[in-house]
Amino acid sequence: MECKCFDPQWPADELLMKTVAIVMTTAKVFTAAVSCITALMLVHIIPDLLSVKTRELFLKNKAAELDREMGLIRTQEETGRHVRMLTHEIRSTLDRHTILKTTLIELGRTLTLEECALWMPRRTGLELQLSYSLRQQNPVGYTVPIHLLVINQVFGTSRAVKISPNSPVARLRPLAGKYIPGEVVAIRVPLLHLSNFRINDWPELSTKRYALMVLMLPSDSASQWHVHELELIAVVANQVAVALSHAAILEESMRARDLLMEQNVALDLATREAETAIRARNDFLAVMNHEMRTPMHATIALSALLQETELTPEQRLMVETIMKSSNLLATLINDVLDLSRLEDGSLQLDIGSFNLRSVLNEVMCLIKPAASVKKLHVVLNLTEDLPEHAVGDEKRLMQIILNVVGNGVKFSMEGSILVIASVAKAEFLRDTRSPEFFTVRGDNDFYLRVQVKDSGSGISPQDIPKLFTKFAQNQSLTLKSTGGSGLGLAICKRFVNLMDGHIWIESEGQSAANRVQNSFPGLKVLLVDDNSVSRAVTRGLLLHLGCEVTTVSSREECLHVVSQDHRVVIMEVCVSGVDSYDIAVQIHGRFTKLHERPLIVALTRNTDKLTKENCMRVGMDGVIVKPVSIDKMRTVLSDLLEHRVLF
Amino acid sequence: MDILAQLVERFVNYRSSLYSDSILDDQFTELLKLQDESNPDFVVEVASLFFQDAEKIINNIASALKQGPVDFKQIDANVHQLKGSSSSIGAGRVKNTCVAFRAYCESQSFEGCLRCLQQVRHECTLLKSKLDMLFMLEQQILTAGGSIPPIK
Repeated sequence: MECKCFDPQWPADELLMKTVAIVMTTAKVFTAAVSCITALMLVHIIPDLLSVKTRELFLKNKAAELDREMGLIRTQEETGRHVRMLTHEIRSTLDRHTILKTTLIELGRTLTLEECALWMPRRTGLELQLSYSLRQQNPVGYTVPIHLLVINQVFGTSRAVKISPNSPVARLRPLAGKYIPGEVVAIRVPLLHLSNFRINDWPELSTKRYALMVLMLPSDSASQWHVHELELIAVVANQVAVALSHAAILEESMRARDLLMEQNVALDLATREAETAIRARNDFLAVMNHEMRTPMHATIALSALLQETELTPEQRLMVETIMKSSNLLATLINDVLDLSRLEDGSLQLDIGSFNLRSVLNEVMCLIKPAASVKKLHVVLNLTEDLPEHAVGDEKRLMQIILNVVGNGVKFSMEGSILVIASVAKAEFLRDTRSPEFFTVRGDNDFYLRVQVKDSGSGISPQDIPKLFTKFAQNQSLTLKSTGGSGLGLAICKRFVNLMDGHIWIESEGQSAANRVQNSFPGLKVLLVDDNSVSRAVTRGLLLHLGCEVTTVSSREECLHVVSQDHRVVIMEVCVSGVDSYDIAVQIHGRFTKLHERPLIVALTRNTDKLTKENCMRVGMDGVIVKPVSIDKMRTVLSDLLEHRVLF
Repeated sequence: MDILAQLVERFVNYRSSLYSDSILDDQFTELLKLQDESNPDFVVEVASLFFQDAEKIINNIASALKQGPVDFKQIDANVHQLKGSSSSIGAGRVKNTCVAFRAYCESQSFEGCLRCLQQVRHECTLLKSKLDMLFMLEQQILTAGGSIPPIK
């Protein structure tokens, strides 16, 4: 036998231990290696883990937040829906009561209120009265003074304000002790007054009146007012305010329309009545016209015939009086008929072309006999710019002027009547005394200005307005000899108005003092006299008559000064007269054209024929014999101006 | 009122006396008519003009009568002026004296002229004092608030 055993180097025990040691070392090495690797890997893993964890937390938070917001949006959407519904309900009506009732109902439903009430300011503005309430059908009589602190607090802001349930505005139901009242909120509701809506600016918020809306949550509940609910309330309050103002506007316009309709009806009635009256009047006039004139004409005609028969003087006197009275009556009837036609506008002017100057001259001719009987002097002054022909109502123009001049003659006891006809200048038209007188002129139109001045006794200021009124007589003016019917000036005024004109009277009142007689306004006179006293006296005389006087004291000065402007040269002619005659010849030589040359008048004491002949020979236009009175100078000048010659 | 009536009566009487004595004539009346609101002192102004003029003329005539050969033509011219002035103002007596004066000038009577000159002087002085009195009475009435009655 042989065994292949080898002799271990080591003993059996030692071998086991070495094996174990090797295994353990290897295990340790492995562990170490794994630990190393783990450690190495952990360096990467831990941050990752951490971040994952954080993200997880974050996401959790976000999810919670989103949940919350979702909840909010949902509630808001709901409340928005409620608001829209509410607004729709409110705005769908223009009736104030419906608006308010609906508001309260909807709000009550949306916010699950126990009570909702509206306090309106009373007319006095000092109290609030409970006007509408959710639970109580007909709230009656509750009022609170408006100046409570809590009310001021609420009115001071546009937001909803939490108030104490114990404040007077919130104590709407009798408190049974067990209840713990719920939270109460109040908000102001602006009441826009119509007058706030001005055209130029927006309504002033500070002067508004407010109503108070009070909202109460259910008592004995733990519910609280949320912010979004308060916002909802604010929005609703504004909507209510707008809706209320619309309702108020509608009420106003309905009322105004009703008023207008009433007025229209009344006006229609009045128009119809007026038309009926006018028709009746016209019918009456038409009949009376014929009926009255026929007997009138018969009387006049027969009186005229009677006058031509054999009559005793007494009878003749009587017949003459009958004729005069009949003529007067006929004129009166015509006047009345004319006047009524003028008043209702049915009178038309007869427009035609006529000679203006001849109309004025004819008036003068007609009036001269009456004037000379009273020893009155009538002067007509036509300015150069007055056209020869004009287009208008000739007959009525003559009637007007004749009437006014006739009045002048009638009421003057002495002196003169001056008639000046000219074309009215623009400045005159501007400061004419009447505010109703508007001038509208076409290019071919002109305003004829006729001034009639008399030296009568004057008219007191209180009588002047009555002059142009028909049938109003003036006690002071009515004299036995005059037979004024009281219609003449009234008709004149209406004719003048029909011609787009204006007539008025100026009187200096009744005075006995000497007045400047404006017989020759603006007449430029050159006075030649070497005697200073006599020159001063003659100058005073001419000034008194209204002339513009230039004085010279010598013949040389006269020739130096005389010009086209002077219409008259008055020169003192002394006995020898040689110098004066020479002056006249010189003036003739200088002014060859007739209308340029001033009129030359000699002033002398000589009454003999020779002087007169000499004056005529040298081309003088007239001679005045001294001493000169005012009347004489006036007569001379007016005759001279009219006829350009005195001889 | 009573005093005013007295003043007016005194004035009217005084004025009438001037007319009846021919110191004033109708021309003076015409002069009064020329006094108006635009010419309120007309009469007084013309009167003082007359007296100035008269004094000058009288002095001229006086010196003309003093010198050697008397120039009657010149005196006549002066008197003619005075006659014109006095008749313009209505001084009746002065005018009449001038008429007589001119006659003496025509006949070249020195004595006559001298006498007339004295008379003219006298008349002018008289007229001046009378007019002064008249104006004063008038002023009294006006300041008392009354008005001058017109001459009939």
